[in-house]
Amino acid sequence: MGKTLFEKVWDDHIVAETDGATLLYIDRQLVHEVTSPQAFEGLRMGGRPVRRPDATLAVPDHNVPTTDRSRGIQDPVSALQIQTLEENARTFHVPIFSMNDIRQGIVHVIAPEQGFTLPGMTIVCGDSHTSTHGAFGTLAFGIGTSEVEHVLATQTLLQRKPKTFLIRISGDFPAGTTAKDLVLALIGRIGTDGGTGYVLEFAGPAIRKLTMEGRMTVCNMAIEAGARAGMIAPDEVTFEYLRNRPMAPKGALWEKAVKAWESLSSDPDAQYDRTLDFDLSSLAPQVTWGTNPGMVLPVTGQVPDPSGAPDEVTRTNIKNALEYMGIAPGTPLENLKVDRVFIGSCTNGRIEDLRQAASIIRGRKVSSHVSAMVVPGSGLVRAQAEKEGLDRVFIEAGFEWREPGCSMCLGMNPDQLAPGERCASTSNRNFEGRQGKGGRTHLVSPSMAAAAAIAGCFVDIRSWS
Amino acid sequence: MEPFQTLDAVAAPIDRANIDTDAIIPKQFLKTIKRTGLGVSLFYDWRYLADGKTPNPDFVLNQDRYKNARILVARQNFGSGSSREHAPWALLDYGIRSILAPSFADIFYNNCFKNGILPVRLPEDQIDRLFREIPKQSGYRITVDLPSQTVTLPDQTRWSFDIDPFRKKCLLEGLDDIGLTLALKDRISEYENRRKVEAPWLFSHHGA
Repeated sequence: MGKTLFEKVWDDHIVAETDGATLLYIDRQLVHEVTSPQAFEGLRMGGRPVRRPDATLAVPDHNVPTTDRSRGIQDPVSALQIQTLEENARTFHVPIFSMNDIRQGIVHVIAPEQGFTLPGMTIVCGDSHTSTHGAFGTLAFGIGTSEVEHVLATQTLLQRKPKTFLIRISGDFPAGTTAKDLVLALIGRIGTDGGTGYVLEFAGPAIRKLTMEGRMTVCNMAIEAGARAGMIAPDEVTFEYLRNRPMAPKGALWEKAVKAWESLSSDPDAQYDRTLDFDLSSLAPQVTWGTNPGMVLPVTGQVPDPSGAPDEVTRTNIKNALEYMGIAPGTPLENLKVDRVFIGSCTNGRIEDLRQAASIIRGRKVSSHVSAMVVPGSGLVRAQAEKEGLDRVFIEAGFEWREPGCSMCLGMNPDQLAPGERCASTSNRNFEGRQGKGGRTHLVSPSMAAAAAIAGCFVDIRSWS
Repeated sequence: MEPFQTLDAVAAPIDRANIDTDAIIPKQFLKTIKRTGLGVSLFYDWRYLADGKTPNPDFVLNQDRYKNARILVARQNFGSGSSREHAPWALLDYGIRSILAPSFADIFYNNCFKNGILPVRLPEDQIDRLFREIPKQSGYRITVDLPSQTVTLPDQTRWSFDIDPFRKKCLLEGLDDIGLTLALKDRISEYENRRKVEAPWLFSHHGA
C-alpha cells in the first residue's frame, strides 16, 4: 500500500519505538521568548546542554513593541522576558535574530523566509501556529514548554502517531476570495475540533495554484480546526520560493535535496483515515461573528439566533458568543461597524497579504471613526513593502505602519483592543479577550480588513467599489 | 513532577464548550519566566470583575461550595487554542489535578501529562449527568483512580476511562521523560549519522 505525505515524513524520523509511543527526530526547533524561559531553566537545573544549537533558531516576537524601538521596551516584565531569551541564546549557543536585526519577525514568518524551513523536515516550536510550516511539506506542530525542553536536550520527542485527514479542494477561487476565506469556511464546516487527533493534508488543483503565502495561511489555521499539523506536498512553487534563501542548501546539495523532496507527495493508492471534498465555486468572503474561528459566515450572512439552535449546548454557545460580541441575534454582518483594523500576524502578515490589502486601499482614506494599523510579519517583509511603496499607500490612507511582531494578534505588547472595541483582524483567533480584555474580534482576509477600514464597516468586496 | 495515583475531591462544573487556553490564562500572565504563581490568575477574565481584583460572584470557582475543588468538569474541546503550558501550570498552581470532559484539544491534553494533571475523556451522557447532579448536591466529590482507570461518583456509580499505557506509567511514577529519552542517546546518534548521509542538507545550513 502507498504512503501519505505525512507517513513518509513520519517514517523518515523514527528513532525508536517504545511502549506504543514513537521517539521522533526533530530537524528544527524555533524558540521565542514566551514559551522558552522555563525550558532553558530546566536545562540549567539538569546540567544539560542544547543538543543541536545549529538546528535551533531563536527570535523575540510576541512581546516586542511595534512602535519606535530606539527607546527599548517600556514594560519591564516584557523587557525581562526578552532579555532572558537573549541570555539563554548566548549561554546555550543558540542563534538569535535580536529585536533590532532586520531578519527579526514572527517566528513562523522568518523561518520560511530564511530557508530554515525545508520540505520533509520535522519542525516544532512552543507555539500552536507552528502548523504554518506544513505548507512546505514538513511535519510541523506546536508543543508545550516541557516538550521544548525535551527537544532542546535530546532533539527528539515522544509522540503517538496521529491519524490522517485528506482535504481535497476543487474548483477555482471566486473573485474576492483568498486562502483565508477557504480555511475559515473549512473550519466553519468541520468545527474547531473537527481535526483533533489528525494531521490534515490539503490537496487538489486549487491548492497547487496557491502561492506559498496562500499555502502558509491555510496550514497556519489547521490548528484552529483542532489539527496540530496541516501539510501540503511540495512542488515547483515550493522549490522556487526556497531557491537561494539564505539558509537553504546551495549548488549540488540543493539539487540533491530537490530530488528527495520531489518524492514526498502522497502515493496514488495511499489511504487516509478520513477524507473530505471541498468545492471552492460557491466560496464567499468570510467573516467570523463569534468567539471561536468556527463561528463564521459569508459576509452576506446574518448571525444566528440561539433560539433556532438544535440543542442546549449549541444554544448556550451562540448566546454566550453573541452577548460577548455585542451583536443581536439575526444581525446582518454587512454594515456592522468596526472601530479598529489590524493587518498582520503569522496568518496574514506576509508580503502578498500586504499587497492584497494595499490594492484595495490605494487612493482611499480610512474611515474617520476607524483606527487602522499594519504590522508586517518580519523586518524583511517590511523592507520589501517599503521598496514597493506599499508603506506610502497605507500611510497616505491613514493606516499606522508598524515594526514587525505578533502585535495585536494576541496583544502581549501594548497593541490591544479596549473593552467593547470591534476589530476587523487578519489574525487567527477570535477568542474572548484575545486581542484585549472585552475586545471583539472578527477574523477576515487582508482584502476584507482593508475594505472594512475604508468603509468603516464590513462590506462585500465582490460588489463594493 | 508529582505522581498521580488516586484523587478524591470536590468537582466544580464549568458549563462551557471550547474553553480555550486564552480563557484559562490570559496573555498578560505569559510574561513570567517561572512556572509557578499563575493560580491566582486562572480564568482571570471570568473570575474577577472589571477591576481585575474583586471576585465575580457568578463564577463557579468563587462559590463557597467549590472553593476546594481539585477536579473540573467541562464540555467538549477543553484547552483549545494556544500551546501555552501556562494553562496547565495555572490549573496546577490553583490546585486542579484532574479535568473531566468529552474531549480535549491535543496540545493541552499532552501538556497536562507533563505536569501531573490527569485529563479524563468521558462520553457526553456521563458528562451531562455530572452537570445535572453536581449543582444539586453541595460537597459533591468524585474519585478519579488512575491505576484502575475509573471515575467513581458519590452514589458509587463507577465509570472506566481509556488512557495510553505509556502516559499512565509516567503519571503514576512522576517520571522525567527527558531522562528516559537520554537513556536512548546512542540510538539518537545512530539516527543522526545515518541521516547525515541520506539528507546532508539537514545538517549544514548556511547563515545565522
